[in-house]
Amino acid sequence: MTPEWPLWEVFIRSLHGLAHKHVGSLHAPDAELAVKNARDVYTRRNEGVSIWVVRSADIHASAPGDKAPLFEPSNDKVYRHPTFFPMPDEVKHL
Amino acid sequence: MYAQMVETGVRKVQDATEMSPQEAHFQARVDADVKVEAKDWMPDAYRRTLIRQIQQHAHSEIVGMLPEGNWISRAPSLKRKAILMAKVQDEAGHGLYLYSAAETLGVSRDQMIEDLHAGKVRYSSIFNYPTLTWADIGAIGWLVDGAAIMNQIPLCRCSYGPYARAMIRICKEESFHQRQGFDIMMTLCRGTPEQKAMAQDALNRWWWPSLMMFGPPDAESVHSAQSAKWKIKLLSNDELRQRFVDQTVPQADYLGITMPDPELRWNEAAGHYDFGPIDWAEFHAVLKGNGPCNRERLRTRTKAWEDGAWVREAALAHADKQARKAKAA
Repeated sequence: MTPEWPLWEVFIRSLHGLAHKHVGSLHAPDAELAVKNARDVYTRRNEGVSIWVVRSADIHASAPGDKAPLFEPSNDKVYRHPTFFPMPDEVKHL
Repeated sequence: MYAQMVETGVRKVQDATEMSPQEAHFQARVDADVKVEAKDWMPDAYRRTLIRQIQQHAHSEIVGMLPEGNWISRAPSLKRKAILMAKVQDEAGHGLYLYSAAETLGVSRDQMIEDLHAGKVRYSSIFNYPTLTWADIGAIGWLVDGAAIMNQIPLCRCSYGPYARAMIRICKEESFHQRQGFDIMMTLCRGTPEQKAMAQDALNRWWWPSLMMFGPPDAESVHSAQSAKWKIKLLSNDELRQRFVDQTVPQADYLGITMPDPELRWNEAAGHYDFGPIDWAEFHAVLKGNGPCNRERLRTRTKAWEDGAWVREAALAHADKQARKAKAA
């Protein structure tokens, strides 16, 4: 059996100026065909104006098991949120 | 449905006392509607069941292209041909989204395709029926895609993140399919008596197989309870089937054609349509491989896969060569 075409992750930027967003994955032999396949698989209805593809094997992700310690540093820093600071009602534009 | 009678590998639903701490933690997260993601820990049975279910669903989309593809070259106008091609292309896309979702569970696409060709996994019973006339294309969009939507909308909320996300994309596209089918039916029903008779004939042949798509009655579906607990099946077969009947009968009334069921009637007290018994022997025969088109469907898929092998090899060889060249330069 021939080896399988590598897996690519597909990211699309929509018309509205938002960042590229992950939409799914597909198989393709190289980057050029990955972009072409992504157009056919993920943008059949004007979903985007730009496509990024990256080999799935090249993605490094945080481990789900480390979620607690990884995000712990920000958990106790409520003062990072503007709502932490009560403002007097009569003061405007804050 | 597109995935019928998916085995869970369990004999009965596990209760809390039989679960390991990991399993109990997993079930608690599912109960709290936290999505399960690819790298999260999950019970083996959950993983295996999902692989089976998503894979059946993906194969159904791919095999489902065949009955409709049969009419691309014979569509009655250029407009209908273009629309049908777009629909069939969507089905290919749906198959690909779903294969990707299944791959996140650790099975390769080639393996899934091999298993389909070896007859180890099923696809929906509905695609083993032939498309004899153009009206069948209308009936498929209206009834088969209508039944599919019925099942797929709840799956957008299923517990497995990649599957739920694929279903959301699919559902957005399905309503085009159902409407194009109904549009064909409407055109035929407003046409000559011969055209209307074609529409009626298609309804006669597709109605019962469409009801079978939802799978066996709840009392006989052994695996449903566990799948419901895992939230990969959100409504029961009979519930979905009844909703489909209730929604579709008034549509047929509008078209002026009738379901091939003498027992079909509105039940005022229940607020539902009552309908006649389904021929489950036919359903099981089709699942076993003895429907009108089972052998032809698998033969066609296998041939397409084998005939395309050289293309896959050549593209890979080209990519390797380009990569080597780039390295050397």
